[in-house]
Amino acid sequence: MSTDTLRFPAAAIAADASTATVCAHCALPVPAGLVQEDAERQFCCTGCHTAFAILHEHGLGSYYGFAERREAPVQSSGRRYEEFDHPTFAQLYVQVMPSGLSRTELYLEGVHCASCVWLVERVPLLHTGVSRAELDVRRSLAVVEWDAAVTPLSAIARQLDVLGYAPHPFRGVARADMRRREDRAMLVRIGIAGAIAINMMLAALALYAGELNGMDATFTHFFRWVSFALMVPAFVWPGRVFFSGAWASVRTRSLHMDLPIAIALAAGLVRGAINTVTGTGPIYFDGLALLIFALLVGRFLQQRGQRLAADSAELLHAIAPSTARIVEQGVVRDIPAEALLPGMTLDVRAGETFAADGVIVRGHSTVNAALLTGESRPSSVEEGATVYAGTLNVEAPLQVRVEEAGETSRIAKLLREVEESARRRAPIVQTANRLAGIFTAVVLLLAALTFGIKASFNAPHALDDAIALLIVTCPCALALATPLAITVAVGRAAGNGMLIKGGDALEVLASPGTVVFDKTGTITEGRTALVRWVGAEWVQPLVLSLEAGSSHPLAEGFRRAWPGMMVPDVHEARHVVGGGLEGWVDGRHVRIGSPRFVAGGVVSTAPEVMVALHTYDEIGRTLTPVHVSVDGVLVAVAGMGDKVRDDALQSLRALRHRGWRTVLLSGDAEDVVRSVGAALDFDAADAIGGATPEQKLAFIEQTKQRGRVVMVGDGVNDAAAIAAASVGIGVQGGAEACLATADVYLTRNELGTLVELVDGSRRTMRVIRRNIALSIAYNVVGASMAMFGLLTPLAAAILMPASSITVVLGSWYGHTFPRVRRTATRASGPASGAASSISGPVEAIA
Amino acid sequence: MSVVFLVLPLALLVVTGAVLAFVWSARSGQYDDLETPAMRMLHDDGASKEP
Repeated sequence: MSTDTLRFPAAAIAADASTATVCAHCALPVPAGLVQEDAERQFCCTGCHTAFAILHEHGLGSYYGFAERREAPVQSSGRRYEEFDHPTFAQLYVQVMPSGLSRTELYLEGVHCASCVWLVERVPLLHTGVSRAELDVRRSLAVVEWDAAVTPLSAIARQLDVLGYAPHPFRGVARADMRRREDRAMLVRIGIAGAIAINMMLAALALYAGELNGMDATFTHFFRWVSFALMVPAFVWPGRVFFSGAWASVRTRSLHMDLPIAIALAAGLVRGAINTVTGTGPIYFDGLALLIFALLVGRFLQQRGQRLAADSAELLHAIAPSTARIVEQGVVRDIPAEALLPGMTLDVRAGETFAADGVIVRGHSTVNAALLTGESRPSSVEEGATVYAGTLNVEAPLQVRVEEAGETSRIAKLLREVEESARRRAPIVQTANRLAGIFTAVVLLLAALTFGIKASFNAPHALDDAIALLIVTCPCALALATPLAITVAVGRAAGNGMLIKGGDALEVLASPGTVVFDKTGTITEGRTALVRWVGAEWVQPLVLSLEAGSSHPLAEGFRRAWPGMMVPDVHEARHVVGGGLEGWVDGRHVRIGSPRFVAGGVVSTAPEVMVALHTYDEIGRTLTPVHVSVDGVLVAVAGMGDKVRDDALQSLRALRHRGWRTVLLSGDAEDVVRSVGAALDFDAADAIGGATPEQKLAFIEQTKQRGRVVMVGDGVNDAAAIAAASVGIGVQGGAEACLATADVYLTRNELGTLVELVDGSRRTMRVIRRNIALSIAYNVVGASMAMFGLLTPLAAAILMPASSITVVLGSWYGHTFPRVRRTATRASGPASGAASSISGPVEAIA
Repeated sequence: MSVVFLVLPLALLVVTGAVLAFVWSARSGQYDDLETPAMRMLHDDGASKEP
């Protein structure tokens, strides 16, 4: 994550897209400076060159024949992955199989298409000792099996990294295995129930036709016995789940839909069996078989929706680095972060993330704690200062003595908080679930009444009517109504850039409450941009030329502000830690950096800058000031900051118009938050700054007592708040932790999606309510007919599927989210690995 | 019409075969990942034979 944001793509330098030369590996334009006149092939970066060379050397050149290819420069981290061979790593992530081979699952960054599958499954095999490499694109997981005695895992990891698929250990192997087994069992049950139901229908059709037109008693008997023979396996195999559910319901003394289902199944089977043997009365088997099938399908759909949550929770751990570089008696080596102990000395280079909490023992630098606290401006640190795991070392190498590692670090505690509040969150009682309890009670009562009253009056068929009532009212349509509508809506929403994890999110978003926004990365774009520039235009190329080689966020802000500008050469460029840059450009001495650093060499100030410094106080208060001097004259002042999203005001107004209360809650400095809040029409009391992650959590919990709270944010500092809120929404560019805990993730980088989400949720709830009303209407009709003994088996056979079909059609054609072709949903960019693995299951349902 | 006494059990036998085939395929994990195999089948096998 961290290395990703700072490693800046070489192609970005060449914003000049007119260059016709394209990279032989990734097909992106090659920067003018890198074009080699005499070379046969051109490459946009050394990563691509290396990847190309490897593929050709090993006869894998047919990779370039794929129509769809990874279109991004290869960004290998160049890490050694030594920690992959460490005993602690093996203990945590590697299984030894009976054959003696080792097996592990690796989470790969940046896999998304057919050519990725091809590469990832072939390249590891180039090492002797690797017996299997298999990729699951949807989840970005690769299974590797190898002989640890022949090849170390680090060699395989390096090879994948060189090709641009940086590997990370995957921690959820055991849980994923269990889920896979559950899934398969479920699928088997559905398959069997479906096959039996369909064949049962054929027999039933013959019976109904015979009833209308007259059929020889021999054939009637035969078909009834065939139905019975089919019913038994449906009952003992797929039908068994309802009995275990009903048993659980009895044991816990709670009314569950499984209870009337199980009673109906048992009563229907027994009565049907007796009627089959005696050759009189209805046999119910067709209805029962269809019931089992439809209920299983509904349950499967519901489970798949919830699956999404568990899947992405694994990504949570991806933020904290899995590896650390330690110094022991002057020797530097990589070990897994899990093996870190207090007292060890960490070596952290510029652009790397701290792997543990600790105290700086050597060096000074700036630290970006945005991930942890939301503070958008990096702060400078020196010897003796405390740094936290998960924050980013921006400028210079540091040596840190480890104080707290692993589970006791601040970030680990925060993540644990996240997991706990996700678990603690009271499950929103869904309308359908609430109804199910009432429904169950009413059905059982009615059946008992029907039997009791009729039996006491010695009416004929008392038992048959009671059973018919149980079967016909079986909550087929009711059980399908909610999951089906939600599944369809969630699928369509995914096509519109909204990945929704659970149906309860839709329920909460359907009616207004309080919506809390994080500032950095949510209301703003979350990256440093040039907001104010005071100074002459001729200074700009000088600034850019000096900043061109820097990976500092401020430098990237300049590069994005002035793309495609011709840049003169720099000589003797020097980077002063905590200060800025200086160097010679076109024979002039240029200094860029903090006011204090630049002031050191300034003898005079240009008039316009003088005016700006005295009259314009935004720079320095809410923005990070950057001064530029040329030959001792202060010629320009730049205000760098985080730009507010273009559609922020419009979207906020739309939400307020729909009755939502909007709150801005940020960890950033108070005055920054206040000025952004004022610009976006937030109430003064509702723009809160300087909030720590813990305070954010408290605010959400407090607000939640008065009504539903939606938290929109990104980053770890929001994760606890997002998990605690009634509904948490993560936005594009957010850290992966946020995706893990959020109920909804917006893939389109704009706030307007939020308004669409709210509208779509309201429409979805309307469809659900309509579905439920329809299925209840059917049930009332069916139940009354059964109670008065009017329900013939034929009427029941028509009524039951009719109600289900109405619900299916209503869900499918109901207007929820706009329908889109599913091809446009693939996310791209740095988060593509995570995004595509999350969008996958949703699309699959759609 | 009495041919139905022969044909129907036969039909059920065929169904049983299909169901068993489905159970086998589901249990051997063929429905675990529905996306990757679709991409994998486009690949030539040539290079993968090399150890």
